[in-house]
Amino acid sequence: MSTTKELENLLKKGKVNRRQFMSRAATLGVTTALATSMFSKASRAAPKKGGHFKIGMGQGSTTDSLDPATTLHTGTQIVNHALYNYLSEVNNAGELVGELAASWEAEPGAKVWNMKLQKGVTFHNGKSFGPDDVIASINHHRGKDSKSAAKPIVDPITDITADGSDGVKFTLSGGNADFPFLMSDYHLAILPSKDGKIDATGGIGSGAFSLEKFDPGVNITMKKNPNYWKSGKGHFDSAEIVVIADVAARTNALSTGATMAMDRCDLKTVHLLKRNNNIKVTKNTGTQHYTLPMNAGIAPFDNVDVRLALKNAIDREALVKTVLRGYGAVGNDHPIGASQMYFNKDLKQRVYDPEKAKFHLKKAGMSSLDVTLSAADAAFAGAVDTAVLFKEHAAKAGINITVNRVPNDGYWSNVWMKDPWSMSYWGGRPTEDWMFSQAYAAGAEWNESFWNNERFNKILLEARAELDTGKRREMYYEMQQLCRDDGSALIPMFASYVGALANNVGHDAMGANWDMDGLRCMERWWLE
Amino acid sequence: MQKILNMVAQRLTLGLLVLFVVSIIIFLGVELLPGDLAEAMLGQSATEETLAAFRKELKLDLPMHTRYLEWLFNILQGDFGKSLANGREISELIETRLSNTLFLALFSAFIAVPLSLTLGVLAAMYRNTFYDRTVNILTLSSISFPEFFIAYILIFVFSINLGWMPSLSNVSPETPLGERLFVSLMPALTLTLVVMAHMMRMTRAAIINLLASPYIEMANLKGLSRARVILRHALPNAWAPIINVVVINLAYLIVGVVIVEVVFVYPGLGQLIVDSVQNRDIPVVQACSLIFAATYILLNLTADILSIISNPRLLHPR
Repeated sequence: MSTTKELENLLKKGKVNRRQFMSRAATLGVTTALATSMFSKASRAAPKKGGHFKIGMGQGSTTDSLDPATTLHTGTQIVNHALYNYLSEVNNAGELVGELAASWEAEPGAKVWNMKLQKGVTFHNGKSFGPDDVIASINHHRGKDSKSAAKPIVDPITDITADGSDGVKFTLSGGNADFPFLMSDYHLAILPSKDGKIDATGGIGSGAFSLEKFDPGVNITMKKNPNYWKSGKGHFDSAEIVVIADVAARTNALSTGATMAMDRCDLKTVHLLKRNNNIKVTKNTGTQHYTLPMNAGIAPFDNVDVRLALKNAIDREALVKTVLRGYGAVGNDHPIGASQMYFNKDLKQRVYDPEKAKFHLKKAGMSSLDVTLSAADAAFAGAVDTAVLFKEHAAKAGINITVNRVPNDGYWSNVWMKDPWSMSYWGGRPTEDWMFSQAYAAGAEWNESFWNNERFNKILLEARAELDTGKRREMYYEMQQLCRDDGSALIPMFASYVGALANNVGHDAMGANWDMDGLRCMERWWLE
Repeated sequence: MQKILNMVAQRLTLGLLVLFVVSIIIFLGVELLPGDLAEAMLGQSATEETLAAFRKELKLDLPMHTRYLEWLFNILQGDFGKSLANGREISELIETRLSNTLFLALFSAFIAVPLSLTLGVLAAMYRNTFYDRTVNILTLSSISFPEFFIAYILIFVFSINLGWMPSLSNVSPETPLGERLFVSLMPALTLTLVVMAHMMRMTRAAIINLLASPYIEMANLKGLSRARVILRHALPNAWAPIINVVVINLAYLIVGVVIVEVVFVYPGLGQLIVDSVQNRDIPVVQACSLIFAATYILLNLTADILSIISNPRLLHPR
């Protein structure tokens, strides 16, 4: 029987496929029917309980805090999802499910939302969960004195009231069919309320793990919450996140077995890491994309033909191949990822075409074009390389791009949205409406390309309050096309999240909405 | 003795003045950097409103001199204040980091100082021999490589290929001493390789410099052994320059180790100051810089005192 065990192990590690498994099982004298059931059992191994999980994360700084309002990077984002729960959750198939909200219902017009809360949930400090916690936690991000990065998300909420002992009623300033989706944002964690306020930095929540020790910029240790209310989640006995900023050190820690997982592999050396038999490299192409926003209010970018000329003058395939080393996908000048619900499959992919770029230049009444692109790697890893490659691509279309290399320090406050043309990235948003209304709607705080398209703005509002999916699809399809053909953001590529795990880390299909299994690696993964 | 005490008192007073000037320069320097803490913390997701709220809560909206004077007032009462970024007490934040840094510096010094002095004395004794040249070439090459390169080579050999040492040195206050020494050995070795050449070459040069003096010639003519000539006659007079170099390197071991800290993920003070500068967390930057500046001042003072003690002419001036 030990040989069959070995075979099962081989299968789990992905060393044999189904056909090989069947034929080897037959050699071992196992009947086909039994082998089939063995196959499905082994390939979907049940999570194992226990063990100490240690993960090396690239971001993290001594200035980190546990306050969900200022959560900035993947390191603290996964801490949030280990310590806290949210009203809603995007599951690993990309669907929205309830978390602390068991169910919800919108009144017609999607302006008023009634949420029914989970019963029998207790926080780490023993307080039982109720509507007051939801109200205090969401109010933490609202109001004039809020310093929360999630303020724009909760601003449309005009009122939150308790509805009985297990219900909360949200009133919005305008209809929003995606409101439950917004409640899954990583800032909007639910913490226990005390006298109508939450203790934002105490680290007490209702999550699968409770806080042991937090040493900002060094590590954070957590232990299993024995009373966790979700079944089948939270498998480790204890977990630790170590901040390892240097990518070589992070890789060393994983390959010497000091850690069991890492994020942000060095794309330049990941092919070498793949040779290590004890490690599996994970790739997750979701919504993260890189953008080159042009200020549509400033010449020459106010001319749509100039924008189209630039969009045609960039070789996206080459960028994915060189800057991303193949870990990504080409972008089509709109911010919606292929894994998203209303991704426009019928839209033709734009390709590198210098002739077409020249055509658009001519249409704009120009024979050549001189533009300056401000670039720093703060925008995304490889931004400067991208700009320099783009300069070469565009030269063939008679476009002369001057790359203005600026410092990483203070990039977001001094260059981005200040210079007429700069570079940026978006982790992406789980819904189309969220992405569009944060970065493409006229007047939005982060409309980085200062784009103002009347038709776009009109259907954006209509689609938001529309509850019929067929009609919504049509509208979002059109909006993607408008972005592509009129928008002032050049979106050349979608970048994958590339991480690595030790072979003994078990996981299901990984969520694509964020890095690290939708940021929920702590409660979803296990050790084999 | 009185002279030394006077000097110490004088130097300490001047030291305080230097610290004051340093604190002003650092404060102005961080202020001159583009952006502030609110912008650094909110990054791409900053809006005008949240920035304003952030600044108001942390009093970043007050004029520069008000904030500086308030900080100065608190520090004179021994209160380092709180980190602006996460509201933690700075003294608490620095305590473990500083002890980690000091531990690593002392550990490296315990290896590096005796080793380089011995090598230096031996090199002077066997000047221009095969041994002398080998030691020179080895130490000079190790100082010429960047620190991270030496660190990576050590990790590659001892952690990845041989599997003897851990590549992470993330110690915590609970780590027992034995384990702490074990996990810090590789960073300590890296630092040793980096600082050794300077001390060893200085020892060699200082001794060789004296070997041409008449009194050494006399000692040689008396028929003393080479070891005795160098250890008893030359070395005592060579202490002053050697001590100076050793102390400069000790200071370097405390304030200049940020790269080694990053590669080995060692939670020291260097990483703290880099993070704080990036996020414009001025009180933390100030506290760290004061510690670094005080380290330099105290170590230099120590060097001067030791030089005086090692030199009878300075110890008993006429």
